[in-house]
Amino acid sequence: MRDALNQAMKEEMARDPSVFILGEEVGAYQGAYKVTQGLLAQFGEWRVRDTPIAEEVIAGVAVGAAFIGLRPIAEMMTFNFSLLALDMIINHAAKYRYMSGGQVRCPMVMRGPSGAAAQVAAQHSQAFESIYAHVPGLVVAMPATPKDAKGMLKSAIRDDNPVIFLENEVLYNLKGEVPEAEYHIPLGLAEVKRPGRDVTIVAWSRSCITALAAATKLAEEGIEAEVVDPRTLRPLDEDVIFDSVRRTNRCVVAEEGWRMAGFGAEISDRVQRACFDELDAPVVRVTAEDVPMPYAKTLEKAYLPQPEKIVDAVRQVMYR
Amino acid sequence: MAITKVVLAKLSPTMDEGTIVKWTKNEGDPVKQGDVLAEIETDKANMEMEALGSGVLRKILVPAGGKAPVGSLIGVIADANEDISKALAAASTPARPAAPPAAAPQPAAPPQAAPAPQPAAPAPPPAAPPPQVAAAPPSPPPSASAPPQPAPAQAAPPRPAPGPAPAPGPRPVPAAPVAAEGGRVKASPLARSMAAQRNIPLGEVAGSGPGGRIIKRDIEAWAGAPASGRAPAQAPAPPPGPAITPGEEIPVSNMRRAIAKRLAESMFTAPHFYVTVEIDMDAAVALREQLQRGEDVKVTYNDLVLKACAKALTRFPMVNASWMGDKIATHGEVHVGVAVTIPDGLITPVVRNADRKSVLDISREVKDLAGRARERKLRPEEFMGSTFTVSNLGMYGVTEFTAIINPPESAILAVGSVQEVPVAIDGNLRAGHRMRVTLSADHRVVDGAMAAQFLGEVRRLLENPVSLFV
Repeated sequence: MRDALNQAMKEEMARDPSVFILGEEVGAYQGAYKVTQGLLAQFGEWRVRDTPIAEEVIAGVAVGAAFIGLRPIAEMMTFNFSLLALDMIINHAAKYRYMSGGQVRCPMVMRGPSGAAAQVAAQHSQAFESIYAHVPGLVVAMPATPKDAKGMLKSAIRDDNPVIFLENEVLYNLKGEVPEAEYHIPLGLAEVKRPGRDVTIVAWSRSCITALAAATKLAEEGIEAEVVDPRTLRPLDEDVIFDSVRRTNRCVVAEEGWRMAGFGAEISDRVQRACFDELDAPVVRVTAEDVPMPYAKTLEKAYLPQPEKIVDAVRQVMYR
Repeated sequence: MAITKVVLAKLSPTMDEGTIVKWTKNEGDPVKQGDVLAEIETDKANMEMEALGSGVLRKILVPAGGKAPVGSLIGVIADANEDISKALAAASTPARPAAPPAAAPQPAAPPQAAPAPQPAAPAPPPAAPPPQVAAAPPSPPPSASAPPQPAPAQAAPPRPAPGPAPAPGPRPVPAAPVAAEGGRVKASPLARSMAAQRNIPLGEVAGSGPGGRIIKRDIEAWAGAPASGRAPAQAPAPPPGPAITPGEEIPVSNMRRAIAKRLAESMFTAPHFYVTVEIDMDAAVALREQLQRGEDVKVTYNDLVLKACAKALTRFPMVNASWMGDKIATHGEVHVGVAVTIPDGLITPVVRNADRKSVLDISREVKDLAGRARERKLRPEEFMGSTFTVSNLGMYGVTEFTAIINPPESAILAVGSVQEVPVAIDGNLRAGHRMRVTLSADHRVVDGAMAAQFLGEVRRLLENPVSLFV
């Protein structure tokens, strides 16, 4: 996936000179997670800019550059640090197109890893998609596979709205087929990652991979789970989810964020309203536990959604 | 101190829900163990329910007139200051049914009332309501139209479970159905919409989800189940035609529901065939008059028919038997049910070991049972466990009719009235008394020739009624 993201930026930068990258360690160090590897050498320091350790500055520069017509890609070393830039993101990036009556656009991408990695503890393991998806004016994209990552990042770079592009450190090494030819995956399109007739599991990013693992286990007991990956949380492609739930009559939503006001609650809400008469069981959510991420490895595992937790949730909605 | 949950007990073997006729204690009343708490209408009779613990009746959850499934919490007994919130919270998870109180040596399972004559019985003249029964003079006794209960002493009969077919899942499907407290049926939205589309009455579907929630698989199981056991529901919608001004909608009582279920099950499961004989009743008429005039003893024709059947059954054990699916079980005793009309339906009190009782004993017993049946005061063992049934519409002037077998029996006798008719004897016409009886038999157990022989024996006994007294 790391290479797919790198290719997306490389291709878009080659195609469009207004695209540039800024962030901590993106240039000389080749990226904290090597996602920007080789880009400095190819495009030079005007287009691949190392910044101070100051997230509000990174976001502010990106917003300003986007206002005057450039297409910045601002890297957050991790989205845990984006909290320092929330004012720029929520009060500026997300608002100006609306407040200027469309005279100003903010075609920027803010990308980087979000969610837990491996034992990086409470401050560095947070999944923030629910916070960003809460804000009108932002687009929130969360690819789960290399193919989606490349196709969606290219679409994000070309999008005229600010796109919060949430990657996942654990998925950077995920391998998968990526088309050779030029392609894009439009933002706002969900995908059925695995078809099944018995239950719909809605999950995105790393949780989608977890859900696919759960679906494999479930298949061993004869339960065919359909895994729907919304891919973009805002705008949400609810039709694919509804279509699936109407076929299976049961829905589980899995996410890496916390339960309270988590994005899964939004999906659950929409499903119960749109599919009320098709539901055979209440929608069940699988989330992180409602505590700060523990450091201990065993507790980290207990905190996160695991295939077993999703399997249990599926049994619950299947009354098994 | 202890909290005693008042749980609706299974007061008859076929009861799966009950109606609270009345509470004999009010909330706040002190209650001792063994006190009568409430009167419950089961599918057969009104029964008293006793308190299983002492304290204060703190809460009534299902008020008089309300219905509840067997095993559901209908009240709470506790000390005056006891916190009963937990017990109340448990109301949504019904307890398992209590064991049937009437642990009679009887059968384990079978249900209730059954066969009915097919003609819509003409309304009895108001002046002579059914109570007349055993006392009625020239015409035979109780109005029966229907049926009795069943009763093989064997293992539970192979009758289909009332609920849904067991789901494939690993969990056992709770058989207890339907309504939660307050009578609301819990069903998933999908189950509701499926039921609506297929015209399935949710109230008849047993829920296998949490708290008895009806879910998709329950609807599918119901829809896929054999028609027996749930016949009423899916009658296809009538073809569109000119609108009919609606009359009233009559709620189906527990008894009516039981009659519907059992008779449909019998009619559509047991292959019925019918054999009719005409019996010369001149001797019986004369005997009856002698008894009445000479001894001031009244017996009805029906009493004689009962005795004749009981005697004949001892000689034809296959008519006193039950189809068990993979075997036929004959019964070692002869218990004859008598169909009795009661206000909301019918019930079949049982004369046990009728073959060993005298005609006079049978007469007294039928009179007593029929009277208490009308007051709905029969105990379960008094209306369950018959092995053969007699249904008599003679008192309404019916010449002959056919009855539906009362499962799991294999035959029922439908008795017409004794009529004075012209009869030809040796080329001469004269007046004589004749009575027609029709045996409905289950062809899985009884063949035509046997039915004819059995009826021949009944006729022989009735035409020589003195033999009924020896």
